[in-house]
Amino acid sequence: MSTKQQERSNLIGLTKVDYNGGPSTLCQGCGHNSIANQIIQVAYELSIRPQELIKLSGIGCSSKSPAYFLGQSFGFNSLHGRMPSIGTGAFVANRNLRAIGVSGDGDTGSIGMGQFKHVVRRNTRMVYIVENNGVYGLTKGQFSATADEGQVLKYAGENEFPPVDICLEAIIAGAGFVARSFSGDAKQVRELLKAALSFNGTAVLDIISPCVAFNNQDTSTKSYSYGKEHETPLHDFGWVPPSEEIVIDEYEPGTMKVVEMPDGSYIQLRKLDEDYDPTDKLGALHRLQWAQQNHEFITGLVYYNPHRPNLAEVGKLVDTPLAYLPAEKLRPPKEKLDEIMAELM
Amino acid sequence: MGVLEAAPEDVAVRKRPSPVNDFSMVVATVNGTGSQTANLALLRAFFKMGIPVNGKNIFPSNIQGLPTWYHIRVSHEGYVARRHTSEILVAFNQTTVHEDIQNLPEGGVCIYNADWRSIPQRDDITYYAVPVNQFVRDTGMKGKLRDYIANMVYVGAVAFLLDIPIEKIDEALHHHFNGRRKLVDSNMSVVRAAYDWSAANLEKQDPYRVEPMDATAGQILITGNDAAALGAVFGGVTVTAWYPITPSTSLVDALNTYLPQLRTDPETGKATYAVVQAEDELSAIGMLLGAGWAGARAMTATSGPGISLMAEFTGLGYFAEIPAVIWDIQRVGPSTGLPTRTGQGDILFTYYLGHGDTQNVVLLPATVKECFEFGSTSFDLAEQLQTPVFVLSDLDLGMNNWMSEPFTYPAEPLQRGKVLSADEVQEKGFARYKDIDGDGIPYRTIPGNEHPKAAWFARGTGHNANAVYSERPEDWVSNMARLAHKFETARELVPSPVLDEAADAEFGILAYGTTQFAIDEARNRLAAEGIKSSFMRLRALPINQDVRDFIARHKRVYVIELNRDGQMHKILQTEVPALATKLVSLAHLDGMPLTARWVVEAILEKREAVNGDR
Repeated sequence: MSTKQQERSNLIGLTKVDYNGGPSTLCQGCGHNSIANQIIQVAYELSIRPQELIKLSGIGCSSKSPAYFLGQSFGFNSLHGRMPSIGTGAFVANRNLRAIGVSGDGDTGSIGMGQFKHVVRRNTRMVYIVENNGVYGLTKGQFSATADEGQVLKYAGENEFPPVDICLEAIIAGAGFVARSFSGDAKQVRELLKAALSFNGTAVLDIISPCVAFNNQDTSTKSYSYGKEHETPLHDFGWVPPSEEIVIDEYEPGTMKVVEMPDGSYIQLRKLDEDYDPTDKLGALHRLQWAQQNHEFITGLVYYNPHRPNLAEVGKLVDTPLAYLPAEKLRPPKEKLDEIMAELM
Repeated sequence: MGVLEAAPEDVAVRKRPSPVNDFSMVVATVNGTGSQTANLALLRAFFKMGIPVNGKNIFPSNIQGLPTWYHIRVSHEGYVARRHTSEILVAFNQTTVHEDIQNLPEGGVCIYNADWRSIPQRDDITYYAVPVNQFVRDTGMKGKLRDYIANMVYVGAVAFLLDIPIEKIDEALHHHFNGRRKLVDSNMSVVRAAYDWSAANLEKQDPYRVEPMDATAGQILITGNDAAALGAVFGGVTVTAWYPITPSTSLVDALNTYLPQLRTDPETGKATYAVVQAEDELSAIGMLLGAGWAGARAMTATSGPGISLMAEFTGLGYFAEIPAVIWDIQRVGPSTGLPTRTGQGDILFTYYLGHGDTQNVVLLPATVKECFEFGSTSFDLAEQLQTPVFVLSDLDLGMNNWMSEPFTYPAEPLQRGKVLSADEVQEKGFARYKDIDGDGIPYRTIPGNEHPKAAWFARGTGHNANAVYSERPEDWVSNMARLAHKFETARELVPSPVLDEAADAEFGILAYGTTQFAIDEARNRLAAEGIKSSFMRLRALPINQDVRDFIARHKRVYVIELNRDGQMHKILQTEVPALATKLVSLAHLDGMPLTARWVVEAILEKREAVNGDR
């Protein structure tokens, strides 16, 4: 191995190439590809073992993308709107797995709204990414439930219904990690991904990801130009992996909020908006509502509450993944059956 | 068959029952008054007297207020099928009392509440009036408890009238309340009072009574749903995801009872299982597939409407080859149908469930013992075949109490199927959908496998042998051909049919599930008239060669089932087209368990028609 290659290895000796998936079949310039690239970058930087991560998705353009990253990780491309249930089953079967679920606005906001709300309620440990473009791409341009009211599309005409706000829905359903970003902001997407990966429950990332083919008119809040122009970051966002020492001295007191993650890592929020507190649920809801009314989207960690136990904790599951329990833990001894039979006589 | 149902009992071949240990009684009550405790006390008292017995709860889809009938059949011959008429009526529902009394046969018995002003009078039946309100008043109980305790009054009266030793009622209640003496005693005080009053005031005029026997020693009494849950617990279930639906709910209730007792890790006190109540059946089966893919033994319990919602995921499970076990406790459809009545209407649907070309393994338990066995072996099959496996019980089997010999501890270790470890991947390589062994069953790996080449991508889209997306026609064809081949392998792995062959049989009978009890009785009645038959009971789909041979060696085979359209008959016609004309469908569905009488008459009618043609 040459010195140059060694330099490119992460803490567990993998190169970035080891985190690649297959070549993307999405449109060139699609925001989803950028997000896939950030997932690769983040997994590499965090030295995540591909074997401990699973990739899950539903159906749609977004849901194809798990094939384009982390080729050494197990993946499950399931049914339209049903990724959360697959993730829930996989998590209770093996609580050691970290999951990245990739969904879209149709997959989550319409057909999968029920499963989305309930996976959040149960706090299944999973990074739940919604690649949100407000449009159905694979079926060539119908409005999705997150499309703006009054928006006009060539195929679908004018949208007459109010948009579903993924972050609002997530918070109301009980999510403890709710963030919004923009696929064009690679740095912020990476930082949010890193924080989400160390969250102990469902971490919802609503990433505005413009559709270059069907919804990139400048009037849409999900277009690239609109996004870049109207983005209002809530705070600068830094993340320190648990293997590095946390340095906080350089941050001015009062301008930063340090949030401890359950695995010992911290996220650091530089508050640009002095009033904004991501642990204030009502404030988060208010802020999102305000942004929606003003046709803006705020980015950053919108809401954070690490105090709810996840589904495996609620179920008091053994530490060993259920899927890896040996036979003697699965089948009670004969005497137990005999006792029960005697009781039934 | 409406004409047949209206015909009087005991035509043709039914001998008149003897009044000792051979009758059927029906307890008519109002739903939600707590009559189940009283009914189960009577059932178990007969059982504890050593008399073969079966109870069937015919209940409404309602929490409170609608009529409920509990049928108890006592049979020294050991028959447990429903009987068309009951000789003894406990009339405790004023709303239905007119109809209930009309349904009594000549010589029948009516035990009723003396406080009612008037009830229909028949001079061919015996009446016993019991002053229920007086007993209830005497207990000093208030409100809802009065309804509940009123039921214990008929237990006492019935015990006296039928000669049930009062201590057998005590034993039954002791069992019912898990030995909590205070509850037993408060109930027994009413039972005793009613018993003593009856002894002092009622003059026994009818011939029906019970005598102790020795036919239930060593036997257990359990519902099919409890048995299925126990089977799953001993079969190593790790993940249960479900949505409540009658009549499957009590299966998961039983899991929630047994799992904490039997599957809590003694070292840590933590659970070696998870039970997740999903938001709907779509999500429930999604969790199964997620869990099965990740290596868990995953199951759900549902009924027809739930199966409808599981259609899309079942197709994915079949195509992506993910193990899962789906218990369908069948009720009557279509749509909401008769949600508290029994049937066998989901055979066709589950066998082919999924769009495109799909075939599913379907297990068909008939007894509580098979519920226990399949509770465990269904996981073996699902993992060996890497596919969703349906287990089709029904409301009658699932929710009612059945006698059984005790369940046998599984002799075979858990069969986990072709799962490669990291070392095996290193040694042999890995191609997820490649048919290495020629049986159509590929090898799989589960998440957490440390080998860099172990990962694969489960998908519902077209794929090649390496699980990589493919739209190539030849990849599609070869993969689907392998899946079809795998289904052929399944024929030899699933439980084989049970055969009772008569050497000089005039015809064969094919059936499955709980219809066997009516069929057993009917065959004996027919045999007594010199009409011999062979009986093959299917225990699974797809069928194996035994079934083909059975059909081939009989001139005619009646396919008996509890649905309108003869669903199994249709499947068998498709499976054995060359023999299809030998198959005669005898299908019936009115929401009630099949009776021997219906079977006898349906066979005689068809037989006459066929013989007349010759």
